[in-house]
Amino acid sequence: MLEFVDTAAEAVSRITDGATVLIGGFGNAGQPMELIDALMDSGATGLTVVNNNAGQADAGLALLIKERRVAKIICSFPRQSDSWHFDEAYRAGEIELELVPQGNLAERMRAAGAGIGGFFSPTGYGTQLAEGKEVREIDGKHYVLESPIRGDFALIKAYAADPYGNLVYRKTARNFGPVMATAAAHTIVQVDEVLDEPLNPEHVVTPGIYVDTVVGIPTGSGVKEREEREALTAGRPKPCMATKTAAELAAQK
Amino acid sequence: MSEQTTEAADVQAFHSTDTPLTQDELARVIADDIAPGSFVNLGIGQPTTVSNYLSPEKKVTLHTENGMLGFGPQATGDQVDEDLINAGKIPVTELPGASYFHHADSFAMMRGGHLDVCVLGAYQVSATGDLANWSTGKPGAIPAVGGAMDLAIGAKDTYVMMDLFTKKGDRKLMAECTFPLTGVGCVSRIYSDRAVLLLDPSGVVTVRELHGLTFEELQERHPDVRFEKAGA
Repeated sequence: MLEFVDTAAEAVSRITDGATVLIGGFGNAGQPMELIDALMDSGATGLTVVNNNAGQADAGLALLIKERRVAKIICSFPRQSDSWHFDEAYRAGEIELELVPQGNLAERMRAAGAGIGGFFSPTGYGTQLAEGKEVREIDGKHYVLESPIRGDFALIKAYAADPYGNLVYRKTARNFGPVMATAAAHTIVQVDEVLDEPLNPEHVVTPGIYVDTVVGIPTGSGVKEREEREALTAGRPKPCMATKTAAELAAQK
Repeated sequence: MSEQTTEAADVQAFHSTDTPLTQDELARVIADDIAPGSFVNLGIGQPTTVSNYLSPEKKVTLHTENGMLGFGPQATGDQVDEDLINAGKIPVTELPGASYFHHADSFAMMRGGHLDVCVLGAYQVSATGDLANWSTGKPGAIPAVGGAMDLAIGAKDTYVMMDLFTKKGDRKLMAECTFPLTGVGCVSRIYSDRAVLLLDPSGVVTVRELHGLTFEELQERHPDVRFEKAGA
């Protein structure tokens, strides 16, 4: 049953020790930072986390890893210039890493959400990351058997939710959100705007069937969205529109 | 010159100059080879400079694997929006006709062969087009792959943009890669400062351009690779 709650703490209160948690975001875009902070405060531990990265700097997922609350991480790109908390935990042997190519990571969650028992992917064939996996030649091309990744919970950030739990996202902050929403038993969403009216059904990106808990939390996304709407209303181009292509800018120099 | 005109880039006869290409000159060579109307992924780092030479008249659309087609140059000032970044996590802009989609769709688009060209960097490339660009296999290093393996095998054509030799002078074109592979038989061309090379499963490397390197020197530096001049 869809619920709207008032705080991030309430939103994550069901997450128990040992849960598998899918966490959205690519870089800062679409990262449900307030939900991750609430998960930190909740004390849940022994978690398996699925995210593209393994935390950056001293915030969000990086802090969960620092406090050794993550037993295992499934991700595509753990090593970054500011992933020092992951690096330390990994070198100390205190976190398990399953490294997955980014497209396989997304598709494995898509498969889970779509009820697919496994799929043959050409990605990774002939590489270390396919070692030990079943390989099949189909129409002269080699594929590797990949299994679904299911979550007990998904923590994602969308831009807005309507009263039916239908979601829209903002620009590249969409990234893993719609896929993770389908792949978890219980999907928790933080949004900048909780709408009073239904979204235009043609515009819905994630239908409410995939959404369980919604919490409204204003972030910088809302500020940029309002700037954009003001510009459009005033007949000006959106601030993020390019006025020139890279080639035109390079030619000017 | 060749009588064929449909795939001009493929049939360019061998030519050479006396000095290595600068990075900008190399970016221009790649841009010139990208057909009008193409959908292209320029990875991260050096390959992104190719976009500086894609004229708007060519109507090339750029893909970024974090879920966007039609992004424009790096954002500056008021254009910067945390929700609008490329795969290198750099703030970018929208161009008219842009679209957003989720990660699974973005990689399906790539894996499904809908992208025409992907340009990547490399540690090593083999004569048959194997790519090594994600790990040097150093013991104790923390592994990270990102979208490299998906990109390598996804586009219709995967081009590598690199220096032909490392700073230490080691070769990067190999009979077989010694670093861990990113993909098997996936690279169709190498664009480097000293050579433009066309690869295919036969392992015979077609040399289209040499810059500051003679054919004999190229052969001498890669004794276990067979080279042929284009159009010869």
